[in-house]
Amino acid sequence: MSKTSESKPPISRRSALKTLGVGAGAAALPMWARYANAQTSEPIRIGFQKHATGIGASYGRWYDRTSQAAVKMINAGGGINGRMVELVTEDDGTDPKRGAEVVEKFATQHKCDVAFGTLFSHVVIGSAPRAGELKLPYFVVSEGHHVASGMLNRYTLQPGITDVKSQVQAMAPFVASNLGKKVTMIFPDFAFGHDHRDYFSAAIEAQGGEVVQMIAIPPAETSFTKYFPKIPRETEVIYHVMVGPAVLTFVKELGEFFGPSRPEIFGFIDSLEAVDLASPGLEYLEGTYFWEGNPRYAQADQSEYDKNFRAAVGVDENGASVNDSKDISTYAHMFGCWETLNIIKAGMESSGYAGPQDRSKLIEAVEAITDIPHSNAHPQGAKLFNGKTHQVFGQQYITKVTNGKLILAHTAGIEDTLYPDEVDYTKQSF
Amino acid sequence: MDFGPYLMLATLEGAVLAAVLALMASGLSLVFGVMRVVNVAHGELYMLGAVFAWWVTSFVGGGPAVAFVAALIIAPLIVGALAVLADITILKRLEYDPERTIVATIGLLYIMQQVTLMTYGADARPVVPPFNTRLAIPWLEWADGGLQVFWPWGLSITSYKLFVIVAAVVVLLGIRLMMTRSRIGLLMRASQLDSETAQAFGIPVERIYALVFGIGAALAALAGVLIVPIQQAHYLMGGDALLLSFIVVIIGGLGSLGGTIVAALLIGLSDGIISVFFSPTLAKIIATILVALVLVFRPQGLFGGRAR
Repeated sequence: MSKTSESKPPISRRSALKTLGVGAGAAALPMWARYANAQTSEPIRIGFQKHATGIGASYGRWYDRTSQAAVKMINAGGGINGRMVELVTEDDGTDPKRGAEVVEKFATQHKCDVAFGTLFSHVVIGSAPRAGELKLPYFVVSEGHHVASGMLNRYTLQPGITDVKSQVQAMAPFVASNLGKKVTMIFPDFAFGHDHRDYFSAAIEAQGGEVVQMIAIPPAETSFTKYFPKIPRETEVIYHVMVGPAVLTFVKELGEFFGPSRPEIFGFIDSLEAVDLASPGLEYLEGTYFWEGNPRYAQADQSEYDKNFRAAVGVDENGASVNDSKDISTYAHMFGCWETLNIIKAGMESSGYAGPQDRSKLIEAVEAITDIPHSNAHPQGAKLFNGKTHQVFGQQYITKVTNGKLILAHTAGIEDTLYPDEVDYTKQSF
Repeated sequence: MDFGPYLMLATLEGAVLAAVLALMASGLSLVFGVMRVVNVAHGELYMLGAVFAWWVTSFVGGGPAVAFVAALIIAPLIVGALAVLADITILKRLEYDPERTIVATIGLLYIMQQVTLMTYGADARPVVPPFNTRLAIPWLEWADGGLQVFWPWGLSITSYKLFVIVAAVVVLLGIRLMMTRSRIGLLMRASQLDSETAQAFGIPVERIYALVFGIGAALAALAGVLIVPIQQAHYLMGGDALLLSFIVVIIGGLGSLGGTIVAALLIGLSDGIISVFFSPTLAKIIATILVALVLVFRPQGLFGGRAR
């Protein structure tokens, strides 16, 4: 900066006086005038922590598209408190250390009002403490149980997507009464998989079933056949929650291992988000069941809200991009971005949010939210927000692969997903 | 599952890993042996092989078999050509200095990885295998006083996995023949033995180096093409593959083709068997300890020649 000004001709006395005059005029304005001006013209800046690279990149692509669409809708409706919303996107590389740096950048460099959008649990766990220190409201869309478990802090909230514990718990009654009671679980050997292991095994026992074998698979594994002999022959249901790029291999090798006779199979769609069900090897999944946060294929009883949501984000009735039928969305999760941004809007409006000085008011306003009706702002379904645990609860969907499409088989109600509070964040000070 | 069939399954799975690893590591070993260049970007060349296989198979018609054969030829050629280009434009200008080439290949690693992310994207994409029949494997058992054949539950392999093993063996035999019997192999060995003297005798050492770098890359790419119908092409797949290749090459002896193959078998099979009967983490621990022991007690590797 100083170097470029050196090369310019020296400032004339007249222009210097003019500039000073303007500055003095601005200084002479009463405080309220400048304040009101800032309130009407300055956009609200929402820092979007995006998994643009690293293992979460497929999710990041769709979280981005969904968030951009939500912001567009909010701005078309007049913005928040009369101010436009602006997303400030930073890549966190799906890496916890980088995640914390990105949160810091949002707070100090980009002057964001809030941070938002993280999916992978290790990035959330790595970033949330920094957000707490910087007193930056941090809205995650991660479905991890770490928010409701009390592990994080008052500045971290998850109002747009349900957590693993409630999802898993809601699946057990369906699995036990329709598929079988003897379950073998196959899960990745890190926090996300362990959540499934712990909560599902407890939930299935409550239904009179049992987990006959648990097979933990290292996250970086690329071949799976060698693990399958551990599946006991008495197994009636295989429960799988694999994630990452090797998932197709997993399903294919499962098919090759069992050949023509297989037990019932129940999986979490996390395995196949952004993956085309028509991919070679996946025909083996015909007749198996999936948990879906939000059904990828438009169902027969599709709501008007889901229709509008698909149109706004640019997703067709098969869950693929309207521009490229091979570009499959992460439909079961990405609604969470849309709904979270609408919660931020609702919270900012009810607290009269005007700037960073109102951050604690914003959090209190969100904590006060309880019932969230099914609407264009919440297309996945009605929800119940728990201000004490900072976690939202909502219905869960089970779909069955039928002729290569996921067709709704069961909807678990909100009451199936509730569990006793494990923390009260409202008792923590700001 | 009974112990016998289970061991058989673990061994077969380990053999597939060993086959791919042997191909990849022999490329790394060849490059180091002849050029004394540690190619850190080798894993990305493997990834590029897989990614190009996906490109080729999605643009070539005529069924999965034709498309796959096309990928098997085209992908290694493209990757080999890219590597030759990298050799001429970068490594040659660094005069093959060991330290600077490491830094340069780290740069290449990131360039290849990020360009793939920007063009091919972050998704894992599958390639249809040319053939993929599930082959159930029979087992013998003493029952009623005699040997009886039965078909254990789950004991099977696919025809494609067998093909991968056979293909790797054929290619490695080809490389061995090239190195020992052909004129170009002779020139390579001469450059390896003493590049200055070789140059004095009129051997175009720089062209040999470019060729070797290309062949090493093509071997990695070939491994990538072979694995992609089993796994999927993904822009981060090179990392683990590189690590395993380094382990194999260090144990086998940098520059020794035979040692590399023995070490690939050792690591592949032990990874298959130990991770099945104990834990996958233990398999990795043992491999790493083995590397440490080799480095301390036999730095030239189990089969490596004496350092000159």
